[in-house]
Amino acid sequence: MIISIASGKGGTGKTTVATNLSKTIGKNVKILDCDVEEPNSHLFLNPVINGRENVIAPIPEIDDEKCTYCKKCMDICRFGAIAVVGKKVITFPELCHSCGGCKAVCPEDAVTEIDRTLGIIETGTIKPDKNEVEIQFVHGLLDIGQVMSPPIIKQVITHARQEDINIIDAPPGTSCPVIAAMKGADFVLLVTEPTPFGLHDLTLAVEAVKILGIPHGLVINRAGLGNDDVKTYAQKENIPILMEIPFDKRIAQAYSKGELIISCLPEYKVKFSKLYKQIKELAEQRRQAK
Amino acid sequence: MKELVVLSGKGGTGKTSLTGAFACLAENMMLCDADVDAADLHLLMAPEILERTNFKGGNEAVINPDKCTGCGLCKELCRFDAVLETLEPQGFTIDSIDCEGCGVCVDLCPEQAIDFPRKTCGEWFVSKTRFGPMVHARLGIAEENSGRLVALVREEAKKRVREQHLDLLITDGPPGIGCPVIASLGQANCILIVTEPTVSGIHDMERVAKLAAHFKIPAMACVNKYDLNPDQAEAIKAIALEHKIQFAGQIPFDPEFVNAMVQGKTIMETNEDSSAAKAIKEIWQAVMESPAMKLERII
Repeated sequence: MIISIASGKGGTGKTTVATNLSKTIGKNVKILDCDVEEPNSHLFLNPVINGRENVIAPIPEIDDEKCTYCKKCMDICRFGAIAVVGKKVITFPELCHSCGGCKAVCPEDAVTEIDRTLGIIETGTIKPDKNEVEIQFVHGLLDIGQVMSPPIIKQVITHARQEDINIIDAPPGTSCPVIAAMKGADFVLLVTEPTPFGLHDLTLAVEAVKILGIPHGLVINRAGLGNDDVKTYAQKENIPILMEIPFDKRIAQAYSKGELIISCLPEYKVKFSKLYKQIKELAEQRRQAK
Repeated sequence: MKELVVLSGKGGTGKTSLTGAFACLAENMMLCDADVDAADLHLLMAPEILERTNFKGGNEAVINPDKCTGCGLCKELCRFDAVLETLEPQGFTIDSIDCEGCGVCVDLCPEQAIDFPRKTCGEWFVSKTRFGPMVHARLGIAEENSGRLVALVREEAKKRVREQHLDLLITDGPPGIGCPVIASLGQANCILIVTEPTVSGIHDMERVAKLAAHFKIPAMACVNKYDLNPDQAEAIKAIALEHKIQFAGQIPFDPEFVNAMVQGKTIMETNEDSSAAKAIKEIWQAVMESPAMKLERII
């Protein structure tokens, strides 16, 4: 099972929910941090990293001996990553989407592909506290200055195993990186805060989940701040509110130090267990409906 | 003209609330909302839209079943796994969400059976607000090319700053450090990193600081909700120093931010005397007096 935790707006509590939920479930859990631009889960879970792999994307290299400057590579490239100027071919690796069009179209076989590193994936385990079991950990890190995060997100997700409970911590927004982090999930848990910004961005995230046709539910974080518009919206849209985390300075302070809610307020373990139970039921209902 | 870009790395640290407050304090300025993915600045600015234009992003491959002979070359060529085999009717179809718009299948299909229509991926607006003009946008849900739309709204904003002889462009940036963020900071006078005194705030601020250094853009930093964890706020000051980033100040936690947001206003309008509003004024002064913002950039 894959549970993707998303939000639209940043800073609403995706990582808080993902980390606390993972630790609460414990058994067979694998947490996959797909916010590869700014991953934070590791700051709360302190995994022991024991595996690293580069995320690479192929980019073209032109063999000047074979090239006849026919410009077919430049013509097929929709991203402006190849320019043929007189008897010179210039490539712009940061614009390349690695579609392979230049290589496929070259009549002289003058294009080979070389590797460009976009970022890395780190894998490891989270050492259990007393009465706990080990959790598997994976996250991706986009290299500073690199543009393209979706290939890294997709590679993080390849570490998900259907027999595990995979918890994905998604990036904010509603465009390609978020879609990459939600596609293929059995359930999307949306986390919002009850403020006008939270609501506005939630409506966008809900649209995205609907396009993908994934069952979803809502966690309202910092409940008590703002107003009731998020609840009214959820009722109108028939989105189940699965949990509310009240605005509580103790939680905010624990978060600031990298502590989990369930560590500083152990009564939350029951609430997160209940959250998981509801997610499982909703995902199961959908599976049977299909 | 000068441009200040407000960034954070981590989402939800207060970029938009702060940008709104700055708009209230600045004179002769234009606003640009470069968070086209989940734009929120309009919720504080109540912009009156004067112009709206469709944003034509990339193209999308669509197989014409009448011409398709089912050879499967498109599926073989597609690096994005966007070509799906269908059983009824037997043939191939393209998943529009996965299609990267590279056009490789379009150009190489032996039957020329793949159309490649240009997609409208969003919309951008030129508006009037109570503080000055504003350029903003809305990227369609699940669309690509957010970086291109960010670059477009910034270009359009700059063009109008020049035409209207304004002094300053304040750009509300997106979270993260990837494509849209990189599109939002090129050639800016200075970026202001808004962070919070948490482990994630610090971690994410450092990555933005490195990004700014990578592109050689001067950066400043400020801490929002500093009193949630004063020790972490001190740590941020030290990190700023280490990265040669000017520390512009710190803002206390203040529920007035949310109150103002609920009213669709900036904190400067709802409670100018609140402790947070006072701190913001000091930050604004520090930013405007910084060497990076003194420099006129010829753009």
